[in-house]
Amino acid sequence: MYDLIIIGAGPAGITASVYAARRRMSLLVISQDIGGQAALSGDIENYTGYQFITGPELAAKFEEHMRKFDIAVKENEEAVQLKRIDDKILVKTNKGSYEAKTAIIASGKRSRELNVPGEREFKNKGLTYCATCDAPLFNGKVVAIIGGGNSALDAALQLIKIAKHSYIINITSALGGDAIMREKINESEIVTVLNNTKVTAILGDRMVTGIKIKREGKVEQLAVQGVFIEIGLIPNSEFAKDIEKNQFREIKVNCRNETNIPGVFAAGDVTDVPEKQIIIAAGEGSKAALSAFRYLARA
Amino acid sequence: MDKIVKIYSTTSCPYCVRAKQFLKENNITFDDIDVSANQAAGEEMIRKSGQMGVPVLDIDGEIIVGFDKERIKQALGI
Repeated sequence: MYDLIIIGAGPAGITASVYAARRRMSLLVISQDIGGQAALSGDIENYTGYQFITGPELAAKFEEHMRKFDIAVKENEEAVQLKRIDDKILVKTNKGSYEAKTAIIASGKRSRELNVPGEREFKNKGLTYCATCDAPLFNGKVVAIIGGGNSALDAALQLIKIAKHSYIINITSALGGDAIMREKINESEIVTVLNNTKVTAILGDRMVTGIKIKREGKVEQLAVQGVFIEIGLIPNSEFAKDIEKNQFREIKVNCRNETNIPGVFAAGDVTDVPEKQIIIAAGEGSKAALSAFRYLARA
Repeated sequence: MDKIVKIYSTTSCPYCVRAKQFLKENNITFDDIDVSANQAAGEEMIRKSGQMGVPVLDIDGEIIVGFDKERIKQALGI
């Protein structure tokens, strides 16, 4: 039995693992990936100490830091259940089951789906949720970015250098996100913003050939070869059934990262902590590890 | 005999980085094809895999989409 199981290896989970390892806790990290959403970010200019670093580079630094310690890491493994039985926390994954005295849920968020016809069918066939990964494949093509917040603007800015033309399909009346990013979009001649517009279907045969949109009550078709879905994120919290969550399915934590279940802590984007930022997730991860350590000392 | 391993990737994709790291850790020699710099290679990847997501691994003709560690291990026989 471990002292601690950490679910997730993004900024929160990795930072928690470093803190726990330094306290000599016996621990296991279970995660589908390493780096989480930070690894999917484009340019990062607000992580103190790095005036500029890319998402994949920062994620690699995080991983290097974690691997410095002798920590058991189960990668490509997904938690499917977490529950407390007597004094033990039991974590079941798609590959096995593990026990610990405490757990930290740092499983982050994933891309929200649009839920329109054609979305599943054309995933990776011109439709993607990761501009950072796939944008370079759309060299010289016409693409649509669905969304109107920072992640949509980030994708649009990445695509300015690559695509022939980009449409931003925004369901609200004006783009949100940071002003500095909006200004860059507005200055670009190869980006067209369509506000008050809803995507109703993804079209294609073998690959994406277009999208169906609805604006001002009229249905139109737009010929595009690429679709980037950037409509926000949902928490990876389904496996933690007994844990209390808010209306957005984020895990409720107090300022010590405690959940409603003793011995189970949570940190980072999967929680209801205000503001989802890499530096905040990292800080929350360290707090959660220290809280778990204190909990064990008391037990 | 060593298998011929090709990886179609982009420089910015984290799963590509991890897949390449995995191959290196296992001392597998591979051909790294950056599809963001080479459009013809990008087309080749789409033709072979029927999709546009990276990374794509070609291990002696067996096409694996994504960083699927188990399948990669199997294909390499490691």
